[in-house]
Amino acid sequence: MNMLVARLVQALAVALLVGAATFAMMRSLPGDAAWRIAAGRYGYDNVTAAAADAVHAELGLGGPWLPAFAQWMGDLLRLDFGVSLVSGQPVLQEIAHQLGASLWLALAAVGLSLLIGPPLGILAGLRPGGWLDQSLLLVSTALKAVPQFLMALILILVLSVQWGWLPAAGYGTARHFILPALALGLGLAAVNARIARDAMARIAAMPFYHFARWKGLSRRQVLWRHGLRNVAVPLLTYLGLQFVLLVEGVVVIESIVGWPGIGHALVHAVFSRDVPMVQGTALVLGLGFVLVNALIDLALVRIDPRKAQ
Amino acid sequence: MTLFKSTVMTGLMALALAAPVRADNVLDVVAPFEIQSPEPATSGHIFTRMGIAETLVDVDDQGRLRPGLATAWAVSDDGRSWRFVLRQGVRFHDGSPMTAAAVAHALEIAQGKPGPVADLPIAAISAEEDALVITLTEPRAALPAFLAESRTQILAPAAYGADGQALAVIGTGPYQLTALVPPLSLRASAFADYWGQPAHVPEVTYTAIGRAETRALMAESGDADIVFNLDPASVTRLSQSAAVQVLSVAIPRALLVKVNAAHPFMDTAEARQALSLAIDRAGIAQAVLRYPQGADQLFAPAINGWHNSALAPLAYDPAAARALLAAQGWEAGPDGILMRAGQRFALTLTTYPDRPELPLVAAVLEQQFRAIGVAVTINSTNSSEIPAGHQAGTLDLGLLARNFALIPDPIGTVLSDYAPTGDWGAMGWDNPEIVALAQALARGDASVSEDDGDAARARISAILQAELPVIPIAWYRQTLAVAAGIDGATIDPWERDFGLAQLRFAE
Repeated sequence: MNMLVARLVQALAVALLVGAATFAMMRSLPGDAAWRIAAGRYGYDNVTAAAADAVHAELGLGGPWLPAFAQWMGDLLRLDFGVSLVSGQPVLQEIAHQLGASLWLALAAVGLSLLIGPPLGILAGLRPGGWLDQSLLLVSTALKAVPQFLMALILILVLSVQWGWLPAAGYGTARHFILPALALGLGLAAVNARIARDAMARIAAMPFYHFARWKGLSRRQVLWRHGLRNVAVPLLTYLGLQFVLLVEGVVVIESIVGWPGIGHALVHAVFSRDVPMVQGTALVLGLGFVLVNALIDLALVRIDPRKAQ
Repeated sequence: MTLFKSTVMTGLMALALAAPVRADNVLDVVAPFEIQSPEPATSGHIFTRMGIAETLVDVDDQGRLRPGLATAWAVSDDGRSWRFVLRQGVRFHDGSPMTAAAVAHALEIAQGKPGPVADLPIAAISAEEDALVITLTEPRAALPAFLAESRTQILAPAAYGADGQALAVIGTGPYQLTALVPPLSLRASAFADYWGQPAHVPEVTYTAIGRAETRALMAESGDADIVFNLDPASVTRLSQSAAVQVLSVAIPRALLVKVNAAHPFMDTAEARQALSLAIDRAGIAQAVLRYPQGADQLFAPAINGWHNSALAPLAYDPAAARALLAAQGWEAGPDGILMRAGQRFALTLTTYPDRPELPLVAAVLEQQFRAIGVAVTINSTNSSEIPAGHQAGTLDLGLLARNFALIPDPIGTVLSDYAPTGDWGAMGWDNPEIVALAQALARGDASVSEDDGDAARARISAILQAELPVIPIAWYRQTLAVAAGIDGATIDPWERDFGLAQLRFAE
């Protein structure tokens, strides 16, 4: 319970910090916001002084920062995120749409990485130095070394262009998920596998693990009762950290495969100085971190009884 | 281990058995342009290109105006009153008839938003029974071309909110919008009550994909049927693929260096000619753009009337460039960069990555200018920095791709860029003769109308070639990949229409 209160306080602090930081950053960026917004709205062929003036007049840009910040914070408290300066649509509506697309992609990536990484890591950890362990080290190092954008392009080349199994890019059906989720998930799986392997090897070498075998449990039973639960603790802890990597990857992958997600939106909003969109997106991502960490804390308490005390 | 193996095998088999990527009657179009909203001012070009919305005036591939939603137009003797006869029996996609009042309503809204129509000297737009009358405060011969621009698309009155913002795309085109998911996609189906030849393909989708590599891979994998704006490397690769056909056509857009002619280093025609002589256009065209040739004047041969074949072509001659600069008092400094009165010949070249080849060309230009002793720092940034720098007077050089068909008559762009100066055209340079000629052309004055204005256009081209307020580098080509099995694909050089209504799936 204490933990939840602490996380709630953390969420408030994150909201305040992210709000203040994005506000300050967007204000301190070089270039005139009206010109940038005009470029975002009308495209490079049509950015003219007249268009920039029209944007300036419409949005009342360039006023003092303190009232603007106070206004934004006040609106936020009433859950009013404002309107995108480029599209004119409510920010909350845009984020809801984009966050959904990103969230499903991120979940699919984490799901895939958990399906692929930990089982292989556990098998490798049970026989440290074995052929599986050695080849897994090789493969996971290679996978981790490949940047995500390159991974996406390789997967498109192989799975879409060569074999024609999956759509190369786009969004809409379940088939569209597999490729970007793999591009994100393989890198995560590489790390998951290493963590599971190290944890498994360490646990398998401990006296309690040998004792369990010695008292007559089968390999499978020992793994099930004493192994998996202990491997899960470092895996879950790492999952929280992976969320950061995941968000970073989502931004890159979404641009490559044309995914209408929050990463894509954030990049474009920064480029065209769409302040309410940047603030809203950053805030939602910041609160997302807090939420994921809270969920992982809760899960860890259930798995690792020592944490509850 | 066996469990893992069987899982992988099952997964792979499921993938292999899954349906092929396109087994439907839907035609998938991919291009880089994002859809902001239903608003014509920001995204109208996508709705016209997809055949969803239409304009009063249309354009053929030679750039000649032809009837669109207006069947004919005429101007009064004093050149101030235009009457557009509206096509009869046209229905909007919501079933409502296209009346003169609806057309007037749409144009009045367009006039209130940033765009070419906002700058027209319009006094009044009024609806008659079967016609639209536009009254001007001064003559404007190119008015019909302005009404072929996508932001003047005619939407039904129900498409607009009370504040004039478009909330829906209710057009008159052969395709009717069925789903709009900004910023990346839309879906449309053939409109049964279309006034013209109905579309052959029942359903079309549009997806915005920003990265050129991805677009090319979508074409190659058969994931998209029509893919626009290919990068030079992909054109080479796709040309060898049996799955697609690559089309390429010259378009009225030029890659050019915009010069601040008020800058003390570049305030003479000789200094600008020296910069021009330093540019190896053929090298840039072949190595970076993979075009057969560079530009030897501002207007491409395809721009009828404006291309002046009598002009001496812009040349590449670094030795002549150095001689011109020496005559201006520049001498090589200790690091090879020119010096004059204690000042280094150093400039900033501003460009933007929205067109991926621009930063590459900038890097080559940096080398070529250095070879004549001019130091250039590249600033690759937001496209708006060029017009903003123009307004603030801080821009040195800008590398950009200028579209002369913003309205399908280059006079619109010439007027805004050179008569006298404009955000994307001449900077710190003023030529009264060009201003007089361009304005006479725009008004349709008798003084220039004798040979259809060709002499005036040729004179404008000649002045620009001699004075070089902008330095042309290459004429653009539009490229398109079409999947095998699709008939009837063409490229509209005026970038107004994807031509979807003419496409068919091969039997």
